[in-house]
Amino acid sequence: MLEHVVNGLVLGGTYALVAMGLTIQYGIARIMNLGFGDMIIAACFATYVLSTTLSINPIVSLLIIVPAGYAVSDVIYRVLMKPLVDRAPDDGALEVDSILVTFGLLFVIQGVLLAIFGGGYTSYSFLNTPVNVLGTVVAGNRLLALVLSLLIGGALVVILFRSRWGMILRAVALAPHSAPLFGIDTDRAARTAFAIGGAMAATGGVVVSMFQTFTATAGVVFTMKALIVVILGGKGSVPGAIVAGLLLGLVETFVAAYVDPGLTLAAVYTVFLVLLLVRPNGLFGKA
Amino acid sequence: MMKTSHGFALAGIAIILLAIAPLIVSDYWTGVLLGMTGYVTLATAWALFSGPTRYISLATVAFFGVGAYTVAVLNEALPYPLVLICAAGIGMVMALVVGLSTLRLAGVYFVIFTFGLAELVRQTVSWWEVNVTYTMGRYVFLPFEGRHIYWQLLALAVVTFLIAWTIGRSRIGLALKALGDDETVAAHAGVDVTRIKLLLFVISSTIITLVGAIQAPRWTYIEPSIVFNPTVSFMTLIMALLGGAMRLWGPLVGAVPLFLLFEWLSVSFPDHFSIILGLLFILIVFVMPNGVLAKIEDLRKRGRA
Repeated sequence: MLEHVVNGLVLGGTYALVAMGLTIQYGIARIMNLGFGDMIIAACFATYVLSTTLSINPIVSLLIIVPAGYAVSDVIYRVLMKPLVDRAPDDGALEVDSILVTFGLLFVIQGVLLAIFGGGYTSYSFLNTPVNVLGTVVAGNRLLALVLSLLIGGALVVILFRSRWGMILRAVALAPHSAPLFGIDTDRAARTAFAIGGAMAATGGVVVSMFQTFTATAGVVFTMKALIVVILGGKGSVPGAIVAGLLLGLVETFVAAYVDPGLTLAAVYTVFLVLLLVRPNGLFGKA
Repeated sequence: MMKTSHGFALAGIAIILLAIAPLIVSDYWTGVLLGMTGYVTLATAWALFSGPTRYISLATVAFFGVGAYTVAVLNEALPYPLVLICAAGIGMVMALVVGLSTLRLAGVYFVIFTFGLAELVRQTVSWWEVNVTYTMGRYVFLPFEGRHIYWQLLALAVVTFLIAWTIGRSRIGLALKALGDDETVAAHAGVDVTRIKLLLFVISSTIITLVGAIQAPRWTYIEPSIVFNPTVSFMTLIMALLGGAMRLWGPLVGAVPLFLLFEWLSVSFPDHFSIILGLLFILIVFVMPNGVLAKIEDLRKRGRA
């Protein structure tokens, strides 16, 4: 029982982490990025390569992969998203266009990964030592993943809610049309937000790869779970993403343990649908 | 513009030519025609709902797969026409349930819901087969050759076009145009938005289910990962968008070249198919946001001016 709670929290922690990235991209840059999960998987493979060929410790590789995620997303925003933002007559049109373009991105990233690594399951061994937590045994890599998720996610919350920089981003999320009146460069804020989202995806990828096997085609499932967490929590809400992420991790782990591992997605989906019908704006959403 | 009677005569000739084609061309090309007709029907049916409402549905393969699976399960138990009717009925009921529970969700909520629907159905079917019926994968034994399947699809394509054409000319068509332009305004003008959306979703999904059902005998062996392959949803979407989802002929104009292109790509570059598909997606959104037909009209207007 307790074992499942711990495992559920580990999984939920990573979901919350990646969903925070997606919700920042969506809430501030107004771009629904369906290639998000594939960026996570790309980071998984990057960690794998660094670990197996150069024997770089996954924790150290965070220092390489996370800035890379930021830089790549910054470029993606400049090249692919900015023209769409400029041409869109309203938010709805941008949403549709961004969905379609990030679909393309999804296929490109997935295709590149498939071409390089093939379609098989990949993993590497890291910190696979059992650790005793409150009487249950948990793998060390899982525990580390949870700690990292909490630390990085927490740091982001602090930055968003305590710094001037975070305030600017939140202002753009809250009132995109009035923010420029206060001298805020909304374009720059949107690009920064998109890049931070990419950095979070990279972080999530490194963390997930520490304890899970992954395949080149697993990105879609990650995107879906991150999206479900974002919507469950309320679009654009960071605290919502954290609560919903943990909830989702627990639901998945318990369904896998007590019902059937093949039904986890069905269970997640049911929770999603019920909540959407009861609270259409999510747990922390505003009307 | 061409007179309607002339249009019908031309369409009639085209259909007859298409119908006798498999008696003349090789089996390979019959297969190509079959696949193409399937996608033309899928894209047209998709656009029937998603064109006017601008709801991007990614549920295509959910219905397609359900149709194929129904045939896989029932093909030995019932006569073939009844199997098709069952498939259509199941698709219709599923569309009603999905529609009633989700059509009030707008924009990205709907996209994500339909995105996951296929995955949900696939998982549920797999789980059911493994745990309840103890089978993984089923065989479809029906005495059909490629051309038999092709003729059925051609007939379904014609029916789909007739439905789309009729809707376009009816009062519903007018209401739909209002709905696509501005849903709030349409609702205030007395258009029962939800009911029309539901009706279209059910018609569109039922046709898609039938496409899956009719194509099922092509795979003699069926399992969830084959018939619920999400690429079907993406291809349908990109074909309809390329041609222009707001026009009757749009999906056809998009589906034919793209199908041929994909056919060639998957044979010539099987390892890089997905990269090319992705780049094509991006290119289409950037260059032709409203589809080829709109682009041609634009160019013509500019040429005259």
